[in-house]
Amino acid sequence: MTATAMKKEMDTVSVENSKTWQKVCTKADLVEFSGVAAWLDSCEPPAQVAIFYLPGHGNELYALDHHDPFSNANVIARGIVGDLKGAPVVASPIYKQHFRLEDGQCLEDEDIKLRTWKIEFKGDEVWIEG
Amino acid sequence: MSTKLKLLGVDVGSIGDAHGNQNPGARMFRYLDPLTQVYRKIVVSSDGKKLLGAMLVGDNSAYDTLLQYYSNGIELPDEPASLILPQSSGAAPALGPGALPETATICSCHNVSKGDICATIDGGAVDLTGVKGETKASTGCGGCTALLKSVVDHELEARGVEVDKSICEHFAHTRQGLYDIVRVEGIKTFSELIDKHGNPETHRLGCDICKPAVASILASCFNEPITDASHVPLQDTNDTFMANMQKNGTYSVVPRVAGGEITPDKLIVLGEVAKKYGLYSKVTGGQRIDLFGARLEDLPDIWSELIDAGFETGHAYGKSLRTVKSCVGSTWCRYGVQDSVGMAIQLENRYKGLRSPHKIKFGVSGCTRECAEAQSKDIGIIATENGWNLYVCGNGGMRPRHAELFATDLDDEQLYRTIDRFLMFYVRTADRLQRTSVWRENLEGGLDYLKEVVLDDSLGIGDELERQMQTVIDNYQCEWADAISDPEKLKRFRSFVNDERPDPSIIMTSERGQLRPA
Ligand code: SF4
Ligand code: FES
Repeated sequence: MTATAMKKEMDTVSVENSKTWQKVCTKADLVEFSGVAAWLDSCEPPAQVAIFYLPGHGNELYALDHHDPFSNANVIARGIVGDLKGAPVVASPIYKQHFRLEDGQCLEDEDIKLRTWKIEFKGDEVWIEG
Repeated sequence: MSTKLKLLGVDVGSIGDAHGNQNPGARMFRYLDPLTQVYRKIVVSSDGKKLLGAMLVGDNSAYDTLLQYYSNGIELPDEPASLILPQSSGAAPALGPGALPETATICSCHNVSKGDICATIDGGAVDLTGVKGETKASTGCGGCTALLKSVVDHELEARGVEVDKSICEHFAHTRQGLYDIVRVEGIKTFSELIDKHGNPETHRLGCDICKPAVASILASCFNEPITDASHVPLQDTNDTFMANMQKNGTYSVVPRVAGGEITPDKLIVLGEVAKKYGLYSKVTGGQRIDLFGARLEDLPDIWSELIDAGFETGHAYGKSLRTVKSCVGSTWCRYGVQDSVGMAIQLENRYKGLRSPHKIKFGVSGCTRECAEAQSKDIGIIATENGWNLYVCGNGGMRPRHAELFATDLDDEQLYRTIDRFLMFYVRTADRLQRTSVWRENLEGGLDYLKEVVLDDSLGIGDELERQMQTVIDNYQCEWADAISDPEKLKRFRSFVNDERPDPSIIMTSERGQLRPA
């Protein structure tokens, strides 16, 4: 293993270690089949996360970067949710590119992928790992 | 005189100066096919630029295109003869997307010409998505979306590809088809529509194409508040937050100023609100005042203050009636023959809140000098000594088009009735995001047909259209007034669900004494 590869491995391990599960809001804060934004102080630098709630579909909860790389504005949570080519997506409200909710992949540009976070319900509370 | 008919079983058509004897210096082009008994002739101005007349025998397929050239004075292609040559002999321009030259820019954001689009199709692109992926066309401002679609559809069809007219992968219907389903079955929510008529191969979540389109159809039919829970996920961000999102994620706020008439007190309130919330202020082309840079979380407070001062939403964010622009009219102007401001206010209040396939603009001028530029609007009204002349289907914007005279010397009541029918017919039959100008150009039968339906009630739907319009008018409510009185609806206007802070990455700087995005 090369030195850089080792360094990389160490970085991922330390990042993983620093991640913790935390409560961000409750079910009542969510909007069905749409998104809201949350602020994550625990990330470095702090992150804005878009949380989508699709009752009855797949994971039901999805968390991805609220930052839209095409417009550089923090707006992803305000996009329209839908499904395209078999996967749930959100469309950026500014220039309308689509991002897969599962993994943040942009459908129009394979080089662009939004960050994603693990997210789930604990009872009525919404918990996120970050 | 232009006509098209069958004489003893043979198609014949004649347009304008078909013999070429009314225009000295006119030049003629003729094509004769003795085998199929087809004869075509065009009469062209001496400079070769304008079509003056045409005669067709045996085949009328070129009639509509020639009539467009003739009646709209469109400049002819370099080789006018190509208009009457058989298709196989090379370029046979038909109007619409086919009439655009290869060099025509379709998408100015990404500098994509019609030639580029044809090249991608010839290179293997089989649908709109493919062309978009290759060329990036319509992925910038999006302003060229409709034009791009019509060019791509046209080119695909020209290559024998069957073009799918479905609105998107979730419905095997056009917008018009969905409208009829909603009306006939009385469907009131998106989920009911997609459960009953959606494509089962998808997750039935819809997408950013069909959801806003259905939201608009439901609003045109039932006019329930767009912020009601079942409609919320359908709206694009502008309708959700009832404001226009700007490039840095802030919003602009445009209260209604009917007819452009505003009291000094209201003007002062606009100034005070703009100052208090740090909003950039600009007068719009529609005679209102646009306040830019409002943060999501400030929108409810801004609107409470505006509503307290007697303002209501201006629907600048919706595909709906925008403004009725007016000149000052007979009240002040020495040339005016009618009260154009009064009429503009009447009309704006009548049709405000009407959701439609695309935005709708009106103009009302107090006399024929036309200071309100009504002929560049979807609905243009010009005062006469005896009443009002009505013009329809004009447009400014990317593809300007003069409105056409539709009816003359109407009294107030006749004017409302005619516009009721006209608008409802547009709402019912237009494609999604199709302005009245494009709708009119694609309408089979053109202006004459439109007159028959609206003025002569040839389809017998006049009463129904008026009734449907009345429902929309009766159910009007200011969406903002409705939202600020409902804590559940206000929940959405938070920057973060778990933090009070505003989005720290929105940074403003000052220019010419106002704030703008850094
Ligand atoms: S259109 Fe006629 S009435 Fe209106 S401002 Fe101009 S001149 Fe006066
Ligand atoms: S003109 Fe094509 S995206 Fe702007």
